[in-house]
Amino acid sequence: MRLELRGITKRFPGVIANQDVDLVVEPGEIHALLGENGAGKTTLMNVLYGLYQPDEGEIRIDDRVVTFHDPGQAIAAGIGMVHQHFMLVPVFTVTENVMLGVESVRGPLGQLDRPTARRRIIEISEAHNLKVDPDATVEDLPVGVRQRVEIIKTLYRRSDLLVLDEPTAVLTPQEDEELFEIMRSLKASGTSIVFITHKLNEVLEIADRITVLRRGRVVGTTTPAEATRESLASMMVGRPVELIVEKTPAHPGVPVLEIHGLVVRDDRGHVAVDGLDLQVRAGEIVAIAGVQGNGQTELVDAITGLRHPVAGTIRFGGTAVRMEPRPIFEAGVAHVPEDRLEDGCVPGLTVADNLVLNTYCRAPFSHGIRLDRDAIERSATELVANFDIRTPSVFVDIGDLSGGNQQKVIVAREFSRPVRLLVAAQPTRGLDVGSVEYIHRRIVAKRDEGAAVLFVSTELDEVLALADRIAVMYQGRIVDIVEPARATPQLLGMLMGGSLPLESAAPAGASPAVAGGPAT
Amino acid sequence: MTDELRAAPVPPASRLKGAARSLLVPVLAVVSALMIGAIIIVLSDLTFFQRLGADPGAALADALGSVWTAYGALVTGALGSPGTYLDAFASGDSGQIAAAFNPLSETLLAATPLIFTGLAVALGFQCGLFNIGAEGQLYLGAATATFVGFAVTGLPWYIHLPLAAAAGFAGGAIWGFIPGILKARTGAHEVIVTIMLNYTAFRLIEFILKFPGYQREGRFDPISKVTEATAWYPPLIEGLRANWGFVLGLAAALAVSWLLFRTTKGFEFRAVGFNPTAARYAGMSIAASTVMAMMISGGLAGLAGTSIVLGITRSLTSGISPGFGFDGIAIALMARSRPRGIIFAALLFGALRAGATPMQSATGIPIDLVVVVQALVIMFVAAPALVRGIYRIRVPEATGYEVFSKGWGA
Amino acid sequence: MAIAAAPDGIVDRAALRRQRIFGIFYLLLAALAAFVLASGIAPDANSTFVLKPAGSKTGLDIPNLVVPSVVTLYVVAAVCAFLGAVQLIRGFGSRWVVILGVAVTLFVFGFLTWAAVDKSMSLIGILQLTVLKGLPITFGALSGILCERSGVVNIAIEGMLLAGAFTGAVVGSGTGNIVLGFVAAGFVGAALGALLAVLTIRYRMDQIVAGTVINIFSGGITGFVYSRVLQAHRELNEPARFPQIPIPVLSDIPIIGPMFFSGNLFLYLLFILIGLIHYGLFYTRWGLRVRAVGEHPRAADTVGINVVLTRYRNVILGGIVAGVGGAYFTLGSTGSFVQDMTAGRGFIGLAAMIFGAWTPIGAFLASLVFGFADALQARLSILNIALPSEFLQMAPYLATIVVVAGLVGRVRAPAADGRPYEKE
Repeated sequence: MRLELRGITKRFPGVIANQDVDLVVEPGEIHALLGENGAGKTTLMNVLYGLYQPDEGEIRIDDRVVTFHDPGQAIAAGIGMVHQHFMLVPVFTVTENVMLGVESVRGPLGQLDRPTARRRIIEISEAHNLKVDPDATVEDLPVGVRQRVEIIKTLYRRSDLLVLDEPTAVLTPQEDEELFEIMRSLKASGTSIVFITHKLNEVLEIADRITVLRRGRVVGTTTPAEATRESLASMMVGRPVELIVEKTPAHPGVPVLEIHGLVVRDDRGHVAVDGLDLQVRAGEIVAIAGVQGNGQTELVDAITGLRHPVAGTIRFGGTAVRMEPRPIFEAGVAHVPEDRLEDGCVPGLTVADNLVLNTYCRAPFSHGIRLDRDAIERSATELVANFDIRTPSVFVDIGDLSGGNQQKVIVAREFSRPVRLLVAAQPTRGLDVGSVEYIHRRIVAKRDEGAAVLFVSTELDEVLALADRIAVMYQGRIVDIVEPARATPQLLGMLMGGSLPLESAAPAGASPAVAGGPAT
Repeated sequence: MTDELRAAPVPPASRLKGAARSLLVPVLAVVSALMIGAIIIVLSDLTFFQRLGADPGAALADALGSVWTAYGALVTGALGSPGTYLDAFASGDSGQIAAAFNPLSETLLAATPLIFTGLAVALGFQCGLFNIGAEGQLYLGAATATFVGFAVTGLPWYIHLPLAAAAGFAGGAIWGFIPGILKARTGAHEVIVTIMLNYTAFRLIEFILKFPGYQREGRFDPISKVTEATAWYPPLIEGLRANWGFVLGLAAALAVSWLLFRTTKGFEFRAVGFNPTAARYAGMSIAASTVMAMMISGGLAGLAGTSIVLGITRSLTSGISPGFGFDGIAIALMARSRPRGIIFAALLFGALRAGATPMQSATGIPIDLVVVVQALVIMFVAAPALVRGIYRIRVPEATGYEVFSKGWGA
Repeated sequence: MAIAAAPDGIVDRAALRRQRIFGIFYLLLAALAAFVLASGIAPDANSTFVLKPAGSKTGLDIPNLVVPSVVTLYVVAAVCAFLGAVQLIRGFGSRWVVILGVAVTLFVFGFLTWAAVDKSMSLIGILQLTVLKGLPITFGALSGILCERSGVVNIAIEGMLLAGAFTGAVVGSGTGNIVLGFVAAGFVGAALGALLAVLTIRYRMDQIVAGTVINIFSGGITGFVYSRVLQAHRELNEPARFPQIPIPVLSDIPIIGPMFFSGNLFLYLLFILIGLIHYGLFYTRWGLRVRAVGEHPRAADTVGINVVLTRYRNVILGGIVAGVGGAYFTLGSTGSFVQDMTAGRGFIGLAAMIFGAWTPIGAFLASLVFGFADALQARLSILNIALPSEFLQMAPYLATIVVVAGLVGRVRAPAADGRPYEKE
């Protein structure tokens, strides 16, 4: 189908998410929608999919104006969407998830006809090389397979236009390639694809045409032939962008964090960290690279005292500390958690309260059981100024601040005290470029003050730019530690996927790497 | 959990405007509830329908008249009537003046346990806990206070009274400890556990009241021994029943307010209540906060029971509380879990309760009507959107949704 | 803190702790049976259990079960001790639930043996009463399942049961027609369900607060009308009751027959409902969509399912079930309405729902457990044993606490249970 969006405008209270957006997708075209976080890409696609109604503008399919009041209508018109966060019911099987909403039924009571659905799924799966087991329960499936289920869902409904929202966020570079193959195969059979991303390399590799959004408006439409990474980045942000972080070489000192043989279980009882060894020294930044779901979350939980390891040791500065959050914090460890709103701050309490969230029980903020509100206020005012937090006052509910400013509050809280080890998990996820640069600068500054920094990230660009050493994690172990000079996305991708390249040898001078991640 | 059920401390500048706005919904809620109550009064008179057919005008007039009489009796029963006051002051006789204040005294008397149960439930809310067990905790506190009240003799009042009150707090605290520790250790939802403990408490009290050593000598009905006079709450004014328990309630409200907003423990309660995960990340112990909050909450409810047995009845029976524990829920919701608001809400509900009995004797309308009115008040207060929808009030800023419970999962 | 890894594998501390607790528990049961219950009983005393319902003329003649009291108690103790020992040493792995059931059942039998020393106890009577007491609990649990499977927590079951009981009695008396009373009870339940749905879905009220409000409201209104109207007009509170209809042939099966096939309309309706809801939830399109809404409403929304409508529908259905179940208290059991006659059965129903893992059949079995506790306290207080009746009356409530505390985290609620759904 030929899809045309004309003049789409969508407003929410306080913000204009899309302003007068025009977009044309020709039949059988792979069209990339590029923009940084918050540019309005997902909102635009949600309008297309019928989840939102546009305030102005129209949607045309094959030159006919259409309106979608709910996803059902969009689906019926042939539009399929694979969301960034999968819309799969974890306790259902693949078959049940795929047929949900378009169930095959027989009989008077609407009995489910699972065999018929199963057969169709197998047909689709074989036609497009999307290997899945129709009877598997979704929550047992790895992320890459779940994505295939989502794609099958759309094909099951005979979509002519597929919208993929940040599909590679959860894939290794090798899995990215497999996805691109699937996309090319779909394109060959006439399906149009809209591909939402903020990753410049992918766009140049796979797209036929590229539309760039910035702050809700279309900045321009171009092709890979005419564009470069730098030109795209500039269009995305509106100014020339430094794609590397300014930093001087590291001068690592004594080990601050030493982990030996760590074994940690996840929430479902499976072993997530499987005999991990790692060392982080003062004055260096170690990045943990890896696809989400390989134990990074459990590792950080164990280091910060939120999860008790089943075996192994963790030492801070050579001494063993009681593994609970407060003693670890007192030992000089700062923690910037993965999920800001969920874990790092308390919406409902004020900015001032959040700034003392882990220091309230000590002087000068309290004496015995009594809180010293004036001291809290004074300190908060100072921190807000130093860390450039945009808030009307320190008494505002932190839930009213923007995501970037909430992250700054957390950063201010963790960075404003003497710190021996900084643990940051996905510190820049979901932030706009300005905030990302800010956080990166602060992390480097902390390192230069002599702190040891351990950060976890799934963004290879960030890892390559920021780290002094890159530890790749796969299935609960560190499979290799790579110096940035030697690291390429291809090498990292293979390590992240569990296969070691033929010429890899443990780099001399690094801490003992665990030998031999199993080839998948 | 957002502002609707609990409010964070507010800076001085916008306090006045906020106060006016935050009064609007509760006031409208009460008014709406009373109106629906009026409709119930009218409709529950079976003869109304017959007379409506015969002579609609007279029937309606009579109906309005009966509502007026009922609510009138309610108001004078709660606050006293102007005529009685004027006569009393004119006469100058102190006994008559005291008698004129009797309804007001009854209101204070009824409000006292409500302050305590309101504080109990509000403290639970602030820590993210729904304590429906205030009723059972009230009874346990009453039982322990009564025991110290009659079993300990020979002490002067300034030792006996605080001792008995402390025993009351302890009794309620134990009954609050159980759901607290179960929630902290096993994740058992406090709603079911506290409700079950309520029923258990009733049975336990029935058992105690027939136990030799506790039961009054010479009686076969379930009633406890009479407590010593040295344990009784002294009256505020001679001749009136209102006693210093009310002042204790005011003091308790101040103490809870201080605890929540000016101490480290209160900070932890509120953080855990708003976002347990982040609280844990910051090093707080959710389990410790849960247990301590439930214990203090239970203790406060125990003090409610204490105020009844040491202030009014002087002994324990199984009927000392007509649902004060559940009223506490309404009061906490109306006051958005803020201690200062709880005092006013408790006075309002106390007035309703105090006036209900004279209303029943004057017009025959059962006191259950007050329960219905209270339920309606809760409903309107807990869904401000409902009141706003009915009265078409516009709200400038987008309000969040009022969720603080998340199903049964740990 | 360094934790040494065990040489042959990984140490799981939580499971170990659970193993120990249950082992000690079984040993405790054994000790209670052997040293407390068995003490003071003459060695030749017998306990007699009557297994055929009194006054039953048809069916096989089942002899009474006579057991030597002391021997039985010692056997019970021995088995429990054995189980306890095995549990402490090795544990039972994934079958620990079965073993728990076995141990508790044995101990309860021992308890009954003790209560029936030198007396004759109608065991069949207790079993029949178990089903009857479990009936309203199951209705409550089914109502809960319908609501919670779509993601709405229904604390108001208690109020709905009470309203149903009240309506059934009053309409049944007023019109002289118990079928009308039955239907009216369903309507009232539906109305309360609609109220709950509107408050929680449209007005975003917290689901537990809304449920509590409805409970208080229901108690207040029924109490109000009871005092104001029913005391004076007793003829409005004396409905007929649904007659018992034993099913031919099936009701003659020993033990099972009198328990499950000799009841009235409510019992058979319950069986039909259990079958319908089970089939519906797991085998039809309706059920798949309901479960999707309860597990992942946003996913359901994105495939075109109307989340709000589904929740409204299910909550109203749940209200009907609870209303009808409430009518059992009056039209199916005692006849007249009494204030607060439901006495917490709605909440016990919620516990049964959790215990039964949100499935209809599981909820029914769980309700039987609670019904058994209820039946015990009703019958044993007549038998005049050493335990005061008030403690027996606590049994169902304490059992609920134990179940709720023990099962959290082991059974999974529908994932979106309790959370309101917002569109963006």
